[in-house]
Amino acid sequence: MELLNILFEINTGHGLAALGAGAAAIGAGIGVGLIGKGALESMARQPESSDDLRANMILAAALVEGVALFGIIICLLVVLG
Amino acid sequence: MGKGAFIRDYLCVFLHRFFEPPRSMIIRHTKRLAFSALLMGASIIAFAQTDGHDGEEPHEQMSHSTHDAHDTHDAHDEFIAGEYIIHHISDANEIHFFGNVSAPLPMIIYVEGKGFDVFMSSAFSSDGDPHDVHAIKTATGPSTGTVYIKDPETGLRSEGGEAFWDISITKSVFGMLFIFSMLIFMLRAMAKSYSKNPGKAPSGLANVLEPLVLFVRDDIAVPIIGKTKSDKFLPFLLTTFFFIVASNLLGLVPFIGGFNITGTIGVTIVLAFVVFFITTVNGNKHYWGHLFWPPGVPNLVKLLVVPIEVFGMFLKPTVLMIRLTANMSAGHIIILSFVSLVFIFNQNYGGVAGIGMGVFSTLFMIFMYFLELLVAFLQAYVFTLLAAIYFADATQEPHH
Repeated sequence: MELLNILFEINTGHGLAALGAGAAAIGAGIGVGLIGKGALESMARQPESSDDLRANMILAAALVEGVALFGIIICLLVVLG
Repeated sequence: MGKGAFIRDYLCVFLHRFFEPPRSMIIRHTKRLAFSALLMGASIIAFAQTDGHDGEEPHEQMSHSTHDAHDTHDAHDEFIAGEYIIHHISDANEIHFFGNVSAPLPMIIYVEGKGFDVFMSSAFSSDGDPHDVHAIKTATGPSTGTVYIKDPETGLRSEGGEAFWDISITKSVFGMLFIFSMLIFMLRAMAKSYSKNPGKAPSGLANVLEPLVLFVRDDIAVPIIGKTKSDKFLPFLLTTFFFIVASNLLGLVPFIGGFNITGTIGVTIVLAFVVFFITTVNGNKHYWGHLFWPPGVPNLVKLLVVPIEVFGMFLKPTVLMIRLTANMSAGHIIILSFVSLVFIFNQNYGGVAGIGMGVFSTLFMIFMYFLELLVAFLQAYVFTLLAAIYFADATQEPHH
């Protein structure tokens, strides 16, 4: 926390951090939306492979979400750090 | 349409979504992210508002270190959402139940050259109000006589500047010890019940835990690592899965101090390091060959690919660590943001707004709690799944 305090001690960071959190959410929204779209379409075409698809869908969503949370955590540290 | 009908319809949709089988998981995921962004925005606005109350420029206030900010807030009755949330999700030397009720935990400090100091964290005292979270508190070590100063901003330090190692039983450590003992008890009881009545259907505790064990074996380890090699990694995968599930669920139990074990970076860094260690130790010739000398790639491109691959080797466990920490902390932050909203509305718009917000917040908090129950299992699943994928990468045989 202390190091990040020093790293992020910039005056203009706070408003931009809010924008950053929004941008991260937009990115994740698009990413997870595309995954959901792909998974649903595939499930509709081949309902018998639903179980496999669901596992892979969750995995891909988790990967996208990880990146988005990375961004949101940095924004949070800018604001609160 | 009347208002009552609208609310009833809304509740129907709401409840219907709730009790549906989890096929709409992805929709909820997106929702969760949208929520976290929304609430973070809400707490940022709250921040700006409470800062503005001092009659100072918010910008100037923010350029100060947080310590200065505290001195200007001489009246601590003002509610600062960000501070409140960070205080609740970070590790502490006491278990805070509610209001001023908290249980002290033992402090174990090794002072270099002098020896160990063991005392309860309730020994820390200050001149002013004992429940003031901003107060700088002091305590004297019983065996070495070192005076320890606990500053809420900068952490623990010794008065004389002596170097020391703080290996206290903190809230997270206490929670982990509790989980370890609980898991050892439960899983041993389960194992015993199998040897007691072999060949029969499991009963009791074994019946509860068997689906989870089978899930990790049949849905994670065997399909990804392969039948023959998965036996080697299964003990680790099962241990990790149960540890993460148990600590995530412990964090969701209200009124016992809000443990945030898997949201503590120190815990996940160790978990991720163990995954990295096992991957590296088990890496076969094929794995290292692909890492440092990928076959079938032109030599010039290798210059580009090899550094990326080596960087990726370290990046994978790092992302594993951040995903778990961020997800679990985000869940706590969302719920605490709803709590904060009540106080913010009460403070800025009066008591009636506070009560109205309280009703709204409680409903959403219940919703978030259910969502967090799902996330608790989902994150344990994702961590175990990715660990299994990395192990599979390290041990796969050449097939071309």
